[in-house]
Amino acid sequence: MKLAVYPGCSLNGSAREYYESVSIVLEKLNIEYSEVPDWNCCGATAAHNLNKELSLVLPSRIIAAAENDGNEELLVPCAACFNRLKTVQRNICQNKEVKAKVSSSLDQNISATIQIHNIVEFIRDNILQKKDVEFIKPLHKKVACYYGCLLVRPHSVVEFDRMEDPQIMEQIMVKIGAEPIDWAYKTECCGAGFTISNAEIVAKLSAKILEDAIDRGAEMLIVACPMCHANLDMRRPMIEKILKKEVKIPVLYLTQAIGLALGIDAGKLGLKRHFVPVLNI
Amino acid sequence: MSVVKLNTLTSVVEEKTGVLVSHCYQCGKCSAGCPVATEMDYSPSLILRMLQTNNSLLSEKVLRSYSIWLCLSCETCFCRCPMDIEIPLVMDYLRQESVARKMVNPKARKIVAAHKAFLSSIQHTGRLYEVGMLAEFKIKTLDFSDISLAPFMFMKGKLHLLPKRVKDLKSIRKIFSKTKNLKP
Repeated sequence: MKLAVYPGCSLNGSAREYYESVSIVLEKLNIEYSEVPDWNCCGATAAHNLNKELSLVLPSRIIAAAENDGNEELLVPCAACFNRLKTVQRNICQNKEVKAKVSSSLDQNISATIQIHNIVEFIRDNILQKKDVEFIKPLHKKVACYYGCLLVRPHSVVEFDRMEDPQIMEQIMVKIGAEPIDWAYKTECCGAGFTISNAEIVAKLSAKILEDAIDRGAEMLIVACPMCHANLDMRRPMIEKILKKEVKIPVLYLTQAIGLALGIDAGKLGLKRHFVPVLNI
Repeated sequence: MSVVKLNTLTSVVEEKTGVLVSHCYQCGKCSAGCPVATEMDYSPSLILRMLQTNNSLLSEKVLRSYSIWLCLSCETCFCRCPMDIEIPLVMDYLRQESVARKMVNPKARKIVAAHKAFLSSIQHTGRLYEVGMLAEFKIKTLDFSDISLAPFMFMKGKLHLLPKRVKDLKSIRKIFSKTKNLKP
């Protein structure tokens, strides 16, 4: 099946290390893909907050571009983009009026039948059962798998395994030799899109997440969302003020952790682009 | 967006979103799980209760509230609601109605400015141009609080000086012009 990847804006900018690690891990797993041609922004939170119709049409253009290019599967590493694309696909497939409106705005009929995957389930399906993938450098770390909101909610749209206590990242971590911890904040919100407009709230929410992970002995956090990463990594000075202590726990993208276990060089995985240094690996 | 009479806001919310606000029986699970409920002027369940009254004064308070802008769309409320009420969709509708009526809470100014700067970046380049968006946001809000992050981000290669545009910008312009009637 022909696979396309939709990186989205963050993975081309502030979260470029996420895309770097996704690309190199896919390559290592011998998974062929092409980027969605001439893709646009999905509109993210801003569009659905301010303009419902725009929030339906922007992701549709991406889905249409992937389908027009002959793809049957679409991998969306960014949790926010994934959520928007799945939401719109569901709207188009279930509501004829939406389908007609979107098609008219795009000047083409859209089927929106392409299979849309998030990175977590995609990786599970491509490494858990495979016997020929070798993890030459097992991660040997206690990790807190942080899912956040948009990968797991709403269930009616994303259909992830368990809403309140998902387990897929943990299964992947065990496979690469890490030890996932049991903790309370894996699906709590980090403050998401308030990164620039309300940093105080972001810092408050992110502080609780990091504090619980540390208290339960985690040595690193594993994420699959560029917004979660930005909040938990780059907001560290504000978070340290709230918690009144140094908080040195690094935050890695899922694909960076897998890449390390596959023996890929830290530089190629973009690990040097983080605010909080990733040491002793 | 046509402006509806406030004493019928509830039925319009139900009609436009398909979410049955009237089904809420005030168990409070949404407010208990909401990560920002303590910062809100009215908790999520209270917003639903206020809507249920169909009272124009309370409806106006809802549209002028800070709560509707503080909602992070994290979907925790919807995920836990025993009546399957999709509160985030209601919040989306209320935000748009609040902008259309010029009733945006003054405390939400920065949040709305960030959303607008985001959309304006997409309108011009088809993609989010982070430097452009940040500049527009900072100029409009005069908030330079975390400008110190910028040099670090440049150093780490996280910010591009020039935007990466969509080639077929015409199609983007068309999308914006066709959805213009709903643009706040």
